[in-house]
Amino acid sequence: MNLVLDPVAALGRLVLGLVSLLGELAIFTIAAVSGLFRPPYYLRNFGRALMEIGYFSLPVVALTAIFTGMVLALQSYVGFSRFDSQSVIASVVVLSLTRELGPVLAGLMVAGRAGSAMAAELGTMRVTDQIDALSTLATDPMRYLVTPRLLAGLIALPLLVVVADILGVAGGFLVSTIRLGFNAPAYLQSTMTYLHASDVISGLVKAAVFGFVIALMGCFHGYRSRGGAQGVGGATTAAVVSASILILALDYVLTQAFFAP
Amino acid sequence: MSTLQAMTPKLRIRGLRKAFGAKQVLDGVDLDVMPGTGMVVIGGSGTGKSVLLKCILGLIWPDSGEILIDGEDVLTAKPARARELRDQIGMLFQNGALFDSQAVWENVAFGLLARGLVTRAEARDVAAKVLSQVGLDAGVGELPPAELSGGMQKRVGLARAIAAEPSIMFFDEPTTGLDPIMGAVIDGLIVDCVKRLGSTSIAITHDMTSAQRIGDRIAMLHEGRIVWEGEAESVMRSGNPLVDQFTHGRRDGPIRMALRK
Repeated sequence: MNLVLDPVAALGRLVLGLVSLLGELAIFTIAAVSGLFRPPYYLRNFGRALMEIGYFSLPVVALTAIFTGMVLALQSYVGFSRFDSQSVIASVVVLSLTRELGPVLAGLMVAGRAGSAMAAELGTMRVTDQIDALSTLATDPMRYLVTPRLLAGLIALPLLVVVADILGVAGGFLVSTIRLGFNAPAYLQSTMTYLHASDVISGLVKAAVFGFVIALMGCFHGYRSRGGAQGVGGATTAAVVSASILILALDYVLTQAFFAP
Repeated sequence: MSTLQAMTPKLRIRGLRKAFGAKQVLDGVDLDVMPGTGMVVIGGSGTGKSVLLKCILGLIWPDSGEILIDGEDVLTAKPARARELRDQIGMLFQNGALFDSQAVWENVAFGLLARGLVTRAEARDVAAKVLSQVGLDAGVGELPPAELSGGMQKRVGLARAIAAEPSIMFFDEPTTGLDPIMGAVIDGLIVDCVKRLGSTSIAITHDMTSAQRIGDRIAMLHEGRIVWEGEAESVMRSGNPLVDQFTHGRRDGPIRMALRK
């Protein structure tokens, strides 16, 4: 045991492992994305992934958005009433939802629901030789399994966020008008007055990026899983954790890019 | 068939080496399989039999060596040509590796659909015909693979492997997990299918009864090399101490099982 060299060696191994993982991820991403520009295209798989990521995630995203909108209205009321500024609640709710909370919360929900399912499905296919079987049947597993899911993630999450934005604002509207006594037409007018197209578009761009990242993490960790049930379980956890962290980190990067002075 | 064609092995392997970290799994494998011959590779667990098949299939890239199919090296051929050469291979995986998200008929017709040899409308009838060749009723085609017994899954796997009438067939542990009667049934189907298609076959197994039923020739892989090769009927009296110990299942002899202490 060498007290000086052992920690250095451990750090070196960690750095090498990280570089190797990033290289693997880069090659994986390029191989999957290149499938978008060259046939064959697997439209049935794309449709199935779109249903799985988009349609079946709708209830959980909708519920999250409604309650978030409701809580946001209540909390804003409590906070802004201290400054006698309750009139800004409508714009605070709509801007918070469209710019940040809609895409981020929808992304986290979809990462937990669809990202984990993707990792588990591909992981099981890997450990039961189904991915190898695809290769022996004149089919590129990357294009067959991964490319359709990436495209579906890219498209499905912005659609979910449109729904989340509308329902979140509706949740805030209901609490504000029924519970807090706001005038309904005035609340709606305030909502629309301070909402700009760029607020919604930036949220949708974030959602597209998050959808791609969720599908990428789900597929990447599932595709490279090893070692039976434990390996598949580990891949599922890694997919959700890495997608969630990347969503939060990329949210900052994209917000900085869109709105930084 | 010209004399030259008759003399060219369907599959020739020279100096194939593959290591995983410090473990040298294949250490210079040399093997010739003549057209129409059934070769069985025997050897203990973990001796690299599956790695050998995966190298030929292109699922694992070897460190060095040559893999010639019809005289052409798939390792140095252009990717498209290597794919063409490997498309001649049909593979029966150890656990069937059936796609559990698809019905049995879709599994059987998968390779035909991927190669554009049948339309989706024709595929169901073609699959029913292939299923009948392995003794399964057309009604089985409508079931999901999860509802089939182990023996039926092996039959469906065999049907999927022969559907495109490959000129080379690989069988990975075809009788593992089956009772002796079902094992004999699967072996019989393998022999029938290979004979009917006139294919060259390679099977890997450690089941000596199965090896003698499906093989014309047997080769033994030990410590990464082929240590013996001969006619199937002579394997039980090979005179090679490694083969004798393995075929008679003796605890004592030159083969030492790697045990973790």
